[in-house]
Amino acid sequence: MNAKNLSRLAIYAVLGVAVFFFLAPLYVMLVTSFKDAEQLRSGNLLSLPQGLNLESWQLAWSSACTGVDCRGLKPYFMNSVLMAVPAVLISTAWGAVNGYVLSMWKFRGSEVLFGFLLFGVFMPFQVVLLPMSQVLGYLGLSSSIAGLVLVHCLAGMAGTTLFFRNYYTAIPRELVNAARMDGAGFWRIFVRIVVPMSTPILMVTLIWQFTNIWNDFLFGVAFSGADSKPVTVGLNNMANTTTGVKAYNVDMAAAIIAGLPTMLVYVLAGQYFVKGLTAGAVKG
Amino acid sequence: MKSFENLLPKLVVAPGFVLGFAFIYGLMIWNGVLSVTGSRMLPNYDEFVGLEQYARLWDMDRWYVALKNLGLFSVLYVGGSMALGMLLAIFLDQKIRGEGVLRTIYLYPMALSFIVTGTAWKWILNPSLGLEKLMHDIGWTSFSFDWLVQSDTAIYCVVIAGIWQSAGFAMALFLAGLRGIDDSIIKAAQIDGASLPRIYWRIILPILRPVVFSTILVLSHLSIKAFDLVMALTAGGPGYASDVPATFMFTMSFTRGQIGLGAASATMMLAFVAALVVPYLYSELRSKPHEH
Repeated sequence: MNAKNLSRLAIYAVLGVAVFFFLAPLYVMLVTSFKDAEQLRSGNLLSLPQGLNLESWQLAWSSACTGVDCRGLKPYFMNSVLMAVPAVLISTAWGAVNGYVLSMWKFRGSEVLFGFLLFGVFMPFQVVLLPMSQVLGYLGLSSSIAGLVLVHCLAGMAGTTLFFRNYYTAIPRELVNAARMDGAGFWRIFVRIVVPMSTPILMVTLIWQFTNIWNDFLFGVAFSGADSKPVTVGLNNMANTTTGVKAYNVDMAAAIIAGLPTMLVYVLAGQYFVKGLTAGAVKG
Repeated sequence: MKSFENLLPKLVVAPGFVLGFAFIYGLMIWNGVLSVTGSRMLPNYDEFVGLEQYARLWDMDRWYVALKNLGLFSVLYVGGSMALGMLLAIFLDQKIRGEGVLRTIYLYPMALSFIVTGTAWKWILNPSLGLEKLMHDIGWTSFSFDWLVQSDTAIYCVVIAGIWQSAGFAMALFLAGLRGIDDSIIKAAQIDGASLPRIYWRIILPILRPVVFSTILVLSHLSIKAFDLVMALTAGGPGYASDVPATFMFTMSFTRGQIGLGAASATMMLAFVAALVVPYLYSELRSKPHEH
């Protein structure tokens, strides 16, 4: 049985090395954020900070400079909150209604419509950037958070519809048919029967949308103005500011702050996030 | 009343679908229109130039650099993420203690923005203070690592960070596939005297083919869309050495005042993704009726 023990050991060793590989950047971010400028120069990536120096966190949050703007990451973080919350709620509700119709109230051509909608999940959004910025201009929403909310709702709708449609397809038709026999209408069935059964897919969709929208950079950088930049754009600008000495400790603190909301969601509700990942990929 | 009830579902989804299709296909066509105009700083629909922007595009050294980088990045990123993901999935499937914790650790980068992880990797790969200094401190004084600032190696830094981000995703997909395989298949093969590596290579992998296929599809289309990671790590630099089509499109459209050219490059990106995804979507939708 020695060979077997040996191979078990090898398996655990490989998995352990992988743990190191995946956690190392997080560790580096954390220890770097607690160092001061002197320790940045004298220490190395893995060396521990001397004490918990919170200065770079404070700088990153409220006074680090991006160009001439020295308000830290805070305003960008708030913009992201103001953008993500309505966009997540609207796109999820929209997807739920669409999915409900496409699974339980199929009509002639609805499958074809769904197929064409699916391409929206995969399309490169570069294709909508230029026309959309003109549309936002016509609507008076250029460089505004409302404009970003609108874009995220439109861009996310195909994905949320896919999630709900696939989930509702698995609900037994008899349930809906029985309710229809009893005289329940379209909305009544939705509110009384379908929505109460939707908690798992609701969680998956909310978390999926939140992660996507919070982490978005493309729309943020293309459509936002000075006062509506989301946190990813703020972080990128801060990290790429070339004036003065590069403050990697502040950059790392800022990066952790920007990543904290999605990280928290992942730790608290990871299984829903994983379901969203695999559902979006496997079930086309 | 009856006919209204029949009509209601359609009425409810119609406005949303019109908006959604306008967003997806309407803007797609609009972008196509822009690409046959001579638009520069501002869209200019009066100046029709035919396919001139496409001719310019395919005549640009920078576009070829972007395509070459995309090819390199796609192959290494998709291949690397799948190889590492498959290895981890197979090892995790050996009744490992603490599997849940390990899975959580391997997958957490997927929850983070590429900008967040790109910022971290930029520091780690910093030519003088990052990995290089660490190796010097450990005692390997001749170690030198300046890939991030060298024209011919910067794109490999993007590959490293990309694989780190996505390997856990591939692992999750493969693991889900492995869990769907009946244990008795492995047991039967073991009784026949086949070794475990052989069983995985000859029996399990072929069963996983659909999962492998859709993972390749998803990762490749992600690689074509890769934008954030490149922007955060190298911003396409040094010069335009690590440009990819996504950063090319953005630079031309929003900083260089070449809207027509930017639109043409976006159309090319659309064509790449469509060539990959449309056959897949078509077969998925066609095969559905047989499943039920």
